[in-house]
Amino acid sequence: MDYVCACYRSCGGAAMVNRAINFRHSGLFDWIIQRFSAVVLAAYTIFILGNFLLHADMDFHAWKSIFDSIFTRVFSIITLIALCAHAWIGMWTVTTDYITSVQFGENATVLRFVFQFFVFLIVTGYLIWGVQIFWGS
Amino acid sequence: MLVSIYRYNPETDDKPVMQDIDIEVPSGKDLMVLDVLALAKEKDPTVAYRRSCREGVCGSDGMNINGSNGLACITPLSDVVMPGQKLILRPLPGLPVIRDLVVDMSIFYKQFEKVKPYLLNDDPPPGIERLQTPEDRAKLDGLYECILCACCNTSCPSFWWNPDKFIGPAGLLQAYRFLADSRDTASTERLEALKDPFSVFRCRGIMNCVAVCPKGLNPTRAIGHIRSMLISQGA
Ligand code: SF4
Ligand code: SF4
Ligand code: FES
Repeated sequence: MDYVCACYRSCGGAAMVNRAINFRHSGLFDWIIQRFSAVVLAAYTIFILGNFLLHADMDFHAWKSIFDSIFTRVFSIITLIALCAHAWIGMWTVTTDYITSVQFGENATVLRFVFQFFVFLIVTGYLIWGVQIFWGS
Repeated sequence: MLVSIYRYNPETDDKPVMQDIDIEVPSGKDLMVLDVLALAKEKDPTVAYRRSCREGVCGSDGMNINGSNGLACITPLSDVVMPGQKLILRPLPGLPVIRDLVVDMSIFYKQFEKVKPYLLNDDPPPGIERLQTPEDRAKLDGLYECILCACCNTSCPSFWWNPDKFIGPAGLLQAYRFLADSRDTASTERLEALKDPFSVFRCRGIMNCVAVCPKGLNPTRAIGHIRSMLISQGA
C-alpha cells in the first residue's frame, strides 16, 4: 500500500528541498523536520527568555527595539515556519492515529480529510498573518 | 480461587461477557496461568484457548493476564495475582476474536510477511554455506529468538490504531534481524520499503513491547537501529 502524507502536496518549498536531497516523501522526512523544528523552537524560546533577563525593566520601547532588528525578525519568521511545519506534521500524525476506521468505521477517511483541511487553513492563516506582523512596520 | 475469563463467540453472542469460574488451586505449588486455565476448562469444557508446547517456545498462548500480555504457560500465578485476588484472562487486545481467548492473527502475520523475513542474497551461493564471523553472528543475538507470540504488537497503541500500516514491534525486530545480517545483501531495498510515514515511524518509543516480551527481547532498540540506518541512507 502506498500512503502519501498530505504535507507532500502542501509543503511547497520544503517539498523541493525534499526532492533536492532525495528523501522523496517519507516518514523519515517528516521525522527529521519534526526534530529540526523542535530545535529551532527551543532556540527561539531561549532567545526570548534571554532578552527578558537582559532587560530587567522591559518596557514597550525595549520590546520594540528588539523586534526592530533584522536578526529578530528573520529569526522570528524562521521560528514561525518551524512552528507551522511542526504543528502540521504533528496534527497529521495525530489524525492518522485517532481518526481511522478503527475508531470511526467507514466515515473515517472523510472525517479525517475535513479535519485536516481545517488544520491546514488555520496553519496557513497563522503563517501569513505572522509574516505580516513580523515584516510589517 | 476465582478465574474470570472473557467469553465470546462472534457467531452467536451479541457481546462478550466475563465468566467467573471457581477452581481449587492445589496448595504448596505455584501454578502457571496455563495450568489454572486447564483447571477452569475442567469445570467448563467450552472455554477456548490455544496452547501447544507449554514451555514458552511455540508462542500459541499469548493472552492478556490481569491487564498485561504474556504467555500463560510461563507466567507463574504469583507474578500476576496476590493471594485471594481474581485471575482475569482476556484475549490479546486489538485483534479480532474468533472464540474466547483465541484471536485471529492474520494481520499480525501479514505485517511480518511484509518485511521479507528471510535471507536475500544475489551472490552465487558458495559450495557449502555462506560463512559469517563469530562477531557478525553475535549481532543477531536478541533478534532471532522471537517466537511470534504477538504479545508485543497487541500491547502497542500504534499497532492498535494502524494495524494495517504500522509493521509493529515483532515485524520490525525481524526487519532489523535481516538488516543486521552480514550475509544479507538487500539492505537498501529493505530500508526503501520501510521509509513511509507508517511502517517504522509510527513507533513512539512507548516501550510497551519491551515490557511484555516473554523472551526478554527489545524491539524498541531494534527500531532505533532501523531509524538510524534510514537516516544515514537518506542523508
Ligand atoms: S516502542 Fe514502538 S513498537 Fe514498542 S510498543 Fe512502543 S510504539 Fe509500539
Ligand atoms: S518480540 Fe517478543 S513479544 Fe514480540 S512476538 Fe517476538 S517473542 Fe513475542
Ligand atoms: S504453550 Fe507454547 S508458548 Fe505457551
